[in-house]
Amino acid sequence: MLLTTEDVKKMAYLARLGIETNDLDSYTKDLSGMLDLMTRMNELDTEGVQPMAHPLDQTQRLRVDVVTEVNQREHFQVIAPQVEEGLYLVPKVIE
Amino acid sequence: MHTNQWEVVIGLEIHTQLATKSKIFSGASTEYGAEPNTQACAVDLGFPGVLPVLNKEAVHKAVIFGMAIEAQIAPYSVFARKNYFYPDLPKGYQISQMDLPIVGVGHLDIEVDGETKRIGITRAHLEEDAGKSLHENFHGLSGIDLNRAGTPLLEIVSEPDMRSAKEAVAYMRKLHELVRYLEICDGNMQEGSFRCDANVSVRPKGQQAFGIRAEIKNINSFKFVEKAINHEIERQIELIESGGSVVQETRLYDSVKDETRSMRSKEEANDYRYFPDPDLLPVEIDEAFKAQVKAALPELPEAKKQRFKTYYQLDNESASMLTSSRALADYFEAVVKTSACEAKLCANWITGDLSAALNKADLDISESPVKATQLADLLVRISDNTISGKIAKKVFDTLWQQPNSSADDIIDAEGLKQITDTGAIEAIIDKIIAANLGQVEQYLSGKDKVFGFFVGQVMKEMQGKANPAEVNKMLLAKLKN
Amino acid sequence: MHNKTIKELADGLRSSEFSSVELTQYFLTRIQQHQHLNAYITVTEDLALQAAQVADERIASGNATLLTGIPIAQKDIFCTLGVKTSCGSKMLDNFIAPYNATVVEKLNHAGAVMLGKLNMDEFAMGSSNENSYYGVAKNPWNTTAVPGGSSGGSAVAVAAGLAVCATGTDTGGSIRQPAAFCGITGLKPTYGRVSRYGMIAYASSLDQGGPMTRSAEDAAIMLQAMAGFDEKDSTSVDHPVPDYSQGLNSSLVGLKIGLPTEFFGEGLSRNIATALDIAIKEYQCLGAEIINISMPTLTLAIPTYYVIASAECSSNLSRFDGVRFGYRCENPVDLADLYTRSRGEGFGREVKRRILMGTYALSAGYYDAYYLKAQKIRRLISDDFKNALSQVDVIMSPVTPTNAFGLGEKTADPVQMYLEDLYTIAINLAGLPAISIPAGLSADGEGSTPMPVGLQIIGNYFAEAKLLNIAHCYQQVTDWHRHMPNGFE
Repeated sequence: MLLTTEDVKKMAYLARLGIETNDLDSYTKDLSGMLDLMTRMNELDTEGVQPMAHPLDQTQRLRVDVVTEVNQREHFQVIAPQVEEGLYLVPKVIE
Repeated sequence: MHTNQWEVVIGLEIHTQLATKSKIFSGASTEYGAEPNTQACAVDLGFPGVLPVLNKEAVHKAVIFGMAIEAQIAPYSVFARKNYFYPDLPKGYQISQMDLPIVGVGHLDIEVDGETKRIGITRAHLEEDAGKSLHENFHGLSGIDLNRAGTPLLEIVSEPDMRSAKEAVAYMRKLHELVRYLEICDGNMQEGSFRCDANVSVRPKGQQAFGIRAEIKNINSFKFVEKAINHEIERQIELIESGGSVVQETRLYDSVKDETRSMRSKEEANDYRYFPDPDLLPVEIDEAFKAQVKAALPELPEAKKQRFKTYYQLDNESASMLTSSRALADYFEAVVKTSACEAKLCANWITGDLSAALNKADLDISESPVKATQLADLLVRISDNTISGKIAKKVFDTLWQQPNSSADDIIDAEGLKQITDTGAIEAIIDKIIAANLGQVEQYLSGKDKVFGFFVGQVMKEMQGKANPAEVNKMLLAKLKN
Repeated sequence: MHNKTIKELADGLRSSEFSSVELTQYFLTRIQQHQHLNAYITVTEDLALQAAQVADERIASGNATLLTGIPIAQKDIFCTLGVKTSCGSKMLDNFIAPYNATVVEKLNHAGAVMLGKLNMDEFAMGSSNENSYYGVAKNPWNTTAVPGGSSGGSAVAVAAGLAVCATGTDTGGSIRQPAAFCGITGLKPTYGRVSRYGMIAYASSLDQGGPMTRSAEDAAIMLQAMAGFDEKDSTSVDHPVPDYSQGLNSSLVGLKIGLPTEFFGEGLSRNIATALDIAIKEYQCLGAEIINISMPTLTLAIPTYYVIASAECSSNLSRFDGVRFGYRCENPVDLADLYTRSRGEGFGREVKRRILMGTYALSAGYYDAYYLKAQKIRRLISDDFKNALSQVDVIMSPVTPTNAFGLGEKTADPVQMYLEDLYTIAINLAGLPAISIPAGLSADGEGSTPMPVGLQIIGNYFAEAKLLNIAHCYQQVTDWHRHMPNGFE
C-alpha cells in the first residue's frame, strides 16, 4: 500500500477530521487505491508546461469600494449553534 | 549584555490595515468599534456558497505603497489560500498571497544617530484580516467577533537588514509615517491598524550564516517593539552562552511582564497547504493603471524634506519635523503662503509653541484649535512690528483658548499693540533714569550689564508693548548724554 | 400533464386551460404518490402554492416569461432563503439558508414555482447518489439501479415527472451522467456561464450549474433564465447571453462532428456503442460530416480530476466547523474536539476520503508531485480540446461506459466508482460546455431491463446555443426524449 495509517492520521489531524480508530485501516486502504490511480499522472512528461488553475484565461474583476451590506446579525445568528451577546461561542481559545 | 561579541539580526513583518470603506472581498463596512458581528456579512462569515470579489481600492493602495518604496509592481499577482483552523478564521483558510505578491522588492531609508541606512523590503502582499477571539468569561467559553474578518491588510516584509532594536524602531516609525503620508492606512496602533511581528536572531560577530530565529508576535507600539526585541536578544544570548540553543518558534510578547513566552498552541508543526484560490482570478495591473497611480502619487516625505531644506532654507531638524506628517507639512506651507512671512519664523512657531501646545493637549495637527490662517495672521503682526515676539506668545495662548477669535481682535481688545510713539517712550525713559541715578552712575563707570536693567524697567513700565529695538536705541542715546 | 414540455405548459397557462396553482398541486400530488423514489429532500408545498398564485396573477397581467408558473425543483446544493439547504449532508441537515443563490434568484424572478429541494450525493461527491445522507434516489426505469450522481434527485424528478425541469450542478459529470442514466436532457454550460454564487462549492474551478429537462428546447428556455454575468462571482464571465431558443432549428448540413478514438475504445459496453452508432448515423442523415480524431491526454483525465477536485474540496469544506452554522457535536471538551468531532460526525465517508486525499495532495512535500502535476496535465488536456475543436465543430461521445449500474454494485471500491466518470470529467477540466441527450433504450444483456443511453455533445466555449441546436434537431427526428419509464407515463 502506498500509504500508512500514520499518513492518514496526519492528514486527519491537518483536516481536523475525526476518524474512528477501527476505521483507520479501511481509510488507509481506500486512500492508497486512490493514490495509486493518481500516480498514473506520472506517465506523462509535463516538463515546461504552464500549470492551469482556471479553465478560462481571464483576469480578476475589481469591485468599487462602497459599503453595500447592512447589519443582519440576528438573521445570520438564528442558525448558529451557540451565541451570546452577539458573539459566536466556542470552547476557550488558548493562545 | 554581551553585545560586543554578538551581532543582532532583525527582520520585521508589518501588517497595515488599508483604509478602505468596505472589506477586501465583501461590501461590509470596515469601520472600527461596531457592536460584535454587526459588520460581518455572509461573505465574511464564510457561509456555504458565498464568493469573494476583490476591492479595487485595496489593490490601488497596495500599488501606491509599492511605488512609494520604488518596488516592482507585479503585472500578474495571485491570491492563495493559507489553510488552518482557528475560530477567528471563518472559512478555515485565509486568502493571502504566496508565490506572486502584488508588490516586489523595494526599500526604505532610515536615519539612526545621524546615519542613513537602507532597509530592504522583500515584498508586500494583500490579504484578509481575521476576526477576534474575546476571552471574557462566557461560562468558560470564548466569544468570536468577526467584524474585523475581511478587513484588507498589506503585509510588508522586510529583509533581515536591521542590527539593533533601535534600527527596528526607526524602520517601523518611518514606515508608519509613510503609510499615513500616502493615506493608505490610518496608522492607529491602539485599534490594530498597524501591527508588527519581529523575527529576531543573534550570531557571533563576523559569522555569515544567520542564527536560528524566533518570531515575536503581538507587538503593537513603538515602545514595546524596542523592549520586546531587546528582551528577546538578551534571552537568546543568555541561552546560547549557557550552552543552550535557540529554537525556531513563535513567541508572544507580554507587555505587562515585559517578557516573551512560547506560544504552545502554535508549536505544532503547521502545514498551511497554500494553493491558488480558485474563486479568484489573477490580478492584472497594466501600465495605464500604474501611470494613473503614479500621476496621483503625493510628494513623498523624503522629497518633501529636501524641498523644505532648499526652498525654505530650513535646517535638517526643522525640515524633518515638519515633514513627519503630511498634515503638518501642509499646515506649514499654508502658514507661509498666507502670511508671506519668513519661512524660518513660521517653522519656529510651528515646531515650537504650536507643537508644544498640541502635545500637551494630546491633539493631532488636524485637530489644532489654531488654524493655519489664524497663526499666519499672528505672524504677520510680529513681522510688521505691531507686537513683539513675547506679546505674540500671549496672543497665541488666548487664540488657543478662543479658537473663534483672531490675532487682531485679541491685540485690539487687550490693547497689546506695540507703542511706536517715540514721545511716549522718551517720557518713560526719562522717568526711569531720574528714578535710578545710582544705576546710571554704574553704567557710566563701565558696567555695561546695567543696560539690561534699564531695558527691563522700561519694558515693564510699558507692559511689554514698546518695540524693543526702539527702546534700545533711545535708551543708549539718553544714557550716553 | 407531467410529460409536457415547458412550452406546452406555458401555452396551457396562457390560454387558461389550467392555472399554475392547479399545475403545482398536480405535481405536489405526484411527488406524494412517488415518495419511494426519494427524489426530494424537502418539499416546499406552502411556498410553492403561494408562488403559483403570484404566477397566476402575473400571467393574467400579461408580463409573464415562459417559466412563469412552471413547477421546477432545485438541487439541494443551491441556497434557498428560509428553506433547508442540506447539500445531501448531515453537516447541513439543520441549515436554513440565510440567502438565495443567484440561480435561485433568477429562476424566482422569471416566475418559476419551486416545488422543493432535490436529493444529491453529499456535497456533490459521487456518481450514483448513494452518498446522500438522505438515502439514494431511485432510478424510475429500474428501481434497483442507481439514478447516477451527483444530481441524482434532479434526474429522477424530471424523468418520473415529479417536476417539469430541475437545476443540477456538474463538477465532473454530475448533470450529464444522471441525465443519461435517467433518459433526460442535461446541459453543463461553459465554466463561468452560470453564477456559482450561493451554489455550495465542491471544487470551485470545475463546478458549474445547469438545466436538467425533458428536451433541448426546454433546456434552452431554462438556461436562458439561469445564465448571465453575476458581479458576486469573480469567475462569472461578462459575455453576452444569446437567445438560446432562436437557432434551435438551424440546419446541420455541413456540421463537422469529431469522434475521439479514445472515447470509443476499450471500456465502452457493446450495447452503448451500438446505440451511439445509430445516433451518429442519424446525424449523418441530417447532413453532418463525421471525422475521427485523437485526444491522447484524455486517458489521464480521471487521476488529474481527482487530484484537483480533492484539493479544492479539502479547503472549501473547512468552513464546516460547527461554529457559525451547521452540525455541532455534543459537549465539545475543547476547540480541537469541537472541530474534530463536528467534522468527523457531520461528514460522510466519501467526503472524508476526498478531504483526506486533497489534504495529502496539497501538503508539504507532495504539492509538486500531485497538485502541480495535475494542473499541468489539466493544461495539456485543455490544449487537446482546443486543438480538436479547431478541426471540428463539436465532439460526440458516450456519457457513460455502461447502463445505470445496480445499487451497491460499486460502493465497495471508490476507484471503481471514479472510473464511471471517464467520458465526462475531461470536459470540466477544460471548462467546456457539453450536453447529454437520450439516444436510445438498450438492455446490456439478455433478460435485463432496457435502460436509457446518453449521447454527449461537446462544444467550444460559449457554444451552448450550438449544442442546443444540434440536440434539438436530433429530438425532432427521434423520440427517445419523449419516452417515460413504465408506470410514470
